Amino acid sequence: MARTARSWPAAWFLAPAVLLVGALVLYPIGQTVWWSFHDATGRGAVGGANYADVVTTPRIRQALFNNAVWILVAPNLVTAAGLLVAVLAQRVRRAAAVRVVLFMPMAISLVSAGITFRLVYDESPDRGVVNAVVVGVHDAFVPPAPYPGARARDGQGLVAGGGAVQTGRTVAAGETVLLPLLGLEPDRLPPTARPAPAPAPGAGIGGVVWSDFTAAGGRPGVIDPGELGLPQVEVEILRDGAVVARTRTAGDGTFRLPQLTGQGYVVRLTAANFTEPFAGLTWLGPALVTPAMIGVYIWVWAGFAMVLISVGSAAIPKETVEAARVDGAGDWQILRKVTVPLMRPVIVLVLLTLTVNVLKVFDLVLVVAPESAQGPASVLALEMWRSSFGDIGRASALGVLLLVLALPGVLFNVHRLRRSER
Amino acid sequence: MSLFAPISVPRLQPAGTEPDPRPRVHPLVRAARRAGRGAARVVLVVVGLWWLVPTVGLAVTSLRSPADNADTGWWTVLTAPTQLTLRNYEGVLADGRIGHALWNSVLISVPSTVLVVVIAAAAAYPLAWLDFPGRPVVTLVLAGLIAVPVQTAIIPDARLFRLLGVSGTIPAVVAFHVAFGLPFAIFLLRGFYAGVPADLIEAARMDGGGEAAIFLRVVLPPARPALASLAVFQFVWVWNDLVVALVLARSDSAPITSVLQEQMRSFPSNIDVIAPGALVSMAVPLAVFFLFQRYFLHSVLAGSVR
Repeated sequence: MARTARSWPAAWFLAPAVLLVGALVLYPIGQTVWWSFHDATGRGAVGGANYADVVTTPRIRQALFNNAVWILVAPNLVTAAGLLVAVLAQRVRRAAAVRVVLFMPMAISLVSAGITFRLVYDESPDRGVVNAVVVGVHDAFVPPAPYPGARARDGQGLVAGGGAVQTGRTVAAGETVLLPLLGLEPDRLPPTARPAPAPAPGAGIGGVVWSDFTAAGGRPGVIDPGELGLPQVEVEILRDGAVVARTRTAGDGTFRLPQLTGQGYVVRLTAANFTEPFAGLTWLGPALVTPAMIGVYIWVWAGFAMVLISVGSAAIPKETVEAARVDGAGDWQILRKVTVPLMRPVIVLVLLTLTVNVLKVFDLVLVVAPESAQGPASVLALEMWRSSFGDIGRASALGVLLLVLALPGVLFNVHRLRRSER
Repeated sequence: MSLFAPISVPRLQPAGTEPDPRPRVHPLVRAARRAGRGAARVVLVVVGLWWLVPTVGLAVTSLRSPADNADTGWWTVLTAPTQLTLRNYEGVLADGRIGHALWNSVLISVPSTVLVVVIAAAAAYPLAWLDFPGRPVVTLVLAGLIAVPVQTAIIPDARLFRLLGVSGTIPAVVAFHVAFGLPFAIFLLRGFYAGVPADLIEAARMDGGGEAAIFLRVVLPPARPALASLAVFQFVWVWNDLVVALVLARSDSAPITSVLQEQMRSFPSNIDVIAPGALVSMAVPLAVFFLFQRYFLHSVLAGSVR
């Protein structure tokens, strides 16, 4: 590069940039470092007290811990996701669409991404996509209880225990037990439910389970015309505390076990009939909020990792890959032994970029975490913003801490410059 | 060349042999490869859907009444499309707060972008082509500043703006964005300027052109794509900023990101404001992304460690 010594023109070209950066970036950094050793007003010197605060204040310690989780987990997951998609997209035609779709979130703000995912993570499976899927999968394996929230009518000789409903006295063969239940909304009864018949005597032990609906003039504990029997209720018959028979009610709510003789039986409607349905996970509660936010972060940044890795892998000489293939290496071996080692610089660049960037996730915490989970979800940048209103000293210490955490990025850029100058 | 173009898989071709039109592959191996490709396609489709669904959900939510949104999931529109309504958008328009915030975002992003491009375009020239005392130091410091988080300077700057009497105003926010955008911008352009053939510049100097003329006639014209990349990047960056706006803007100068964040405190009761607001706020950078895909990609990749 041929450069000519021309100081005055250089000064003119550089002046606006140097003045702005000097006044609004460089000098303030010095000021922040200075303030970090001073009190809340920025006047009295307090030594390292602000830094000690970082370790001793529970809230900030939590933020420090969360930041460590973010830094250790998020960049690696994003890079892994990017690598996976980059590799898969190479084997498929028309993968360009996937690349565009994955890269798209890079253009939107973390605020918008956060709002988008606040809806996705909604706790109610009726509204939040994630819980709708989780509940759907769960219910496919464990069918939900048919009558959640139903309970026995009081004063009809039934007792509740451990979520089940059973007769308070023992019954003998030949009896037909009345099992009136409450708390069932008519529109939530299964469509197969038919009106419960009047109790009829028969062999063994029988019974009727029905929705004892008194609001429309029905009498409590009596099967009034039109009251519906409850189908598919799981019934257990016990004798001396051991289950001796099991059945389910028919469409009209009746059941009968003619093989039973003698007396001393207890009829029980099992707890499995009444358990509340599985409602998914509390994604934005204190326990899962950080993993949930890391999920959003992956959604935003995976495209970046993917594109950078794709570009990097395109730069690998074809001869190298071909030579490995001639030597009999399979796809997986080529990926592990040739592609990934050759792409190490690119992967390091991706990881470093993400590590520096992860320090700024403060927007996500503000938007995704509900008020109650902001403490457990907090990160240093958020604590710094909170402190900036009242305690300049502490806020400055947190700012310095962020700078220290970003130093690998700073040094990398300086190093890259030095290398390119050589 | 678009970086989104599919990258071809290297073909099997041992060095020093003629191309074999049909490489001998065991049928079982071929079947396994086809199955592998099928699996790859399935995974990619699932991944692609997972990347689209959240945004589609937000869009549909913004088109449903608050009552519907409180009762059922947005996916119920698949069976009941009559739920869709523009009323939320009408409400947001009539209310004006979101519109005002969007306008603030424009007033902050556009000047920040123009100023960064102009100032960096000038500053990068001497760093690439002129020799002057202190050049290595200036270059090194600027390189180091690229990765410095805004948090490290924002509190003193807030005080400085207060002393200057411009606290909370849009020019103050713009000034901060420009100052923090410059180091990266200068480096992006400096790298590009360096690609101009030295002979061209030497020739222009022989002809007696001043440095300003050389800069404007020789260095700047071929750098237009780099300037475009920088402009797109800086615009999206500033448009999406929250932290600077939260600290430096007042409520009447607050951009859309900060207003949406404020609104999130009463989520989900005001979903009829938040969903359309969020959608419009992301529509702007998304439009920029799709219109200038190549430039955006280039600058994002160049700006890695930032």
